[in-house]
Amino acid sequence: MTERRIPMTPIDIDKIFRDEAGRTLATLIRLVGDFDLAEDALQDAFAVALERWRKDEPPSNPRAWLVNVGRNKAIDRVRRQIAFRDRQQDVAHQIELNAWACDQSNDAAAVDDDMLRLIFTCCHPSFAPEVQVALTLRTVCGLSIAQVARAFLVGEEAMAQRLLRAKQKIRLAGIAYEVPEHEALAARLDGVLAVIYLVFTEGYVATSGEALMRPDLAREAIRLGGLLDALMPGRSEIKGLRALMLLHDARRAGRATADGDIVLLEEQDRSLWDRRQIDEGLRLLDDVLRLPGRPQAYTVQAAIAALHARAPNYRETDWPQIAGLYEVLLRISPSPVVELNHAAAVSMVDGPARALDLIDALHARGTLKGYELLPAVRADLLRRLGRRDAAREAYFAAIAATQLEPLRRLYARRVAELDGGVAGNGQA
Amino acid sequence: MQYLLMIYQNEVEYAKMDAATAQKMMEEYGAFTQGIIQSGNFKAGDRLRPTTTATTVRVRDGKTLTTDGPFAETREQLGGYYLVEAKDLDAALAIAAKIPSARIGSIEVRPIWVYN
Repeated sequence: MTERRIPMTPIDIDKIFRDEAGRTLATLIRLVGDFDLAEDALQDAFAVALERWRKDEPPSNPRAWLVNVGRNKAIDRVRRQIAFRDRQQDVAHQIELNAWACDQSNDAAAVDDDMLRLIFTCCHPSFAPEVQVALTLRTVCGLSIAQVARAFLVGEEAMAQRLLRAKQKIRLAGIAYEVPEHEALAARLDGVLAVIYLVFTEGYVATSGEALMRPDLAREAIRLGGLLDALMPGRSEIKGLRALMLLHDARRAGRATADGDIVLLEEQDRSLWDRRQIDEGLRLLDDVLRLPGRPQAYTVQAAIAALHARAPNYRETDWPQIAGLYEVLLRISPSPVVELNHAAAVSMVDGPARALDLIDALHARGTLKGYELLPAVRADLLRRLGRRDAAREAYFAAIAATQLEPLRRLYARRVAELDGGVAGNGQA
Repeated sequence: MQYLLMIYQNEVEYAKMDAATAQKMMEEYGAFTQGIIQSGNFKAGDRLRPTTTATTVRVRDGKTLTTDGPFAETREQLGGYYLVEAKDLDAALAIAAKIPSARIGSIEVRPIWVYN
């Protein structure tokens, strides 16, 4: 043992596991050709590392060490599991051959390719979106089954079953462990970005439960976006999504009180926003806008977030430009949710009456039936128009529509303000 | 790997198709089938008579029960199938997307269970 390299503490080792789990697993899956076997082999390798790195000098390249030990453990497992001697030799030999080929090309590019293979396989369109998210959090991000279960607010046993079925489908249905080529790539990349954004939005505004935000999920999504951007550089849609997530997440500290109550944008203390992260998001957005091609939906949303981030306060925000950007979004990626946001921006430019017309038209079409934010936006407009009874009714509809406690409390507070005759606006 | 591509469509709607459209559909099927024979993906394929000709058989407590029609009433019915050889799921899905009925009905892609 050299003087410089001292044995690691369990905390050091844990951090390496966390950082290297995704990439190590990605390479092991390619080498052994099976998700489950690779996962088991990686756990075996972690167990050996936990024992050895605390006593002896840790390896200079932990990932290569983990891949090496994991591969040998996989061969051991195959030898134990397969009863027929000739097939056992076949499979073990194949793993050794793959490993030899891997050693020949064990450079950074090969490892990057493995990571991309893993990401694209987890986000394969033959899985339901929530399965794609769960697989990605478990294998790419290296979250434990318990953590993934918590992200979905389901039991650990149910999540373990869901992941097991998904991994079986990869093997049995012949889902290729590959990055899609040429014409298929753009559509498949959209799918990957949708998964990352799903993870982010669940972290940004939870769909239910006690807490408004789940910053761990938002952080995972930002980490995934950064990883993908590094693996596939120069793609504007990836950078646009990264900018969007950074700019939104930068406002986190201002979005809730210490008691977990929601603070709306108009009432937020902007000095709480993470300026460093905003600068990073703005820089990325500038990069994207300089890339050739038409801006994509994530980029336009990032541009809207950038206008909010740059504004000194709510009133002096560049609302006309924001309304204009929502109109761009309505053209390139129309959805009822975009219409709703557009109407909210219009209310700041042309006043609440015109916005209410837009919302009522949207409501009449029924496409946002059950979408909790529609009654909330309506209620806000009615309140600003001084139509107290209609506003009250809309707030009660909003309370009934949401499963998120902090939102329920916000709407109840608004009703109380209306009943108390307090004009609850204008703090911005 | 081998996959069964099961063609589901609303057979009542399909039967209402006018003669010219039906003829065009047949030609498209002919071209598609020729295409996957030449590419080496084709293993087997057939069109099925409508579910009005179907009989469902069940054996319970040693007694054979037959009922008129398919097992379940659904909006879309199994109208035909292809058995194909494809290198992976993506390749099988790409073949399935070229089946003319994919535009009006849906294709269920299932891997064949291999025993070894």
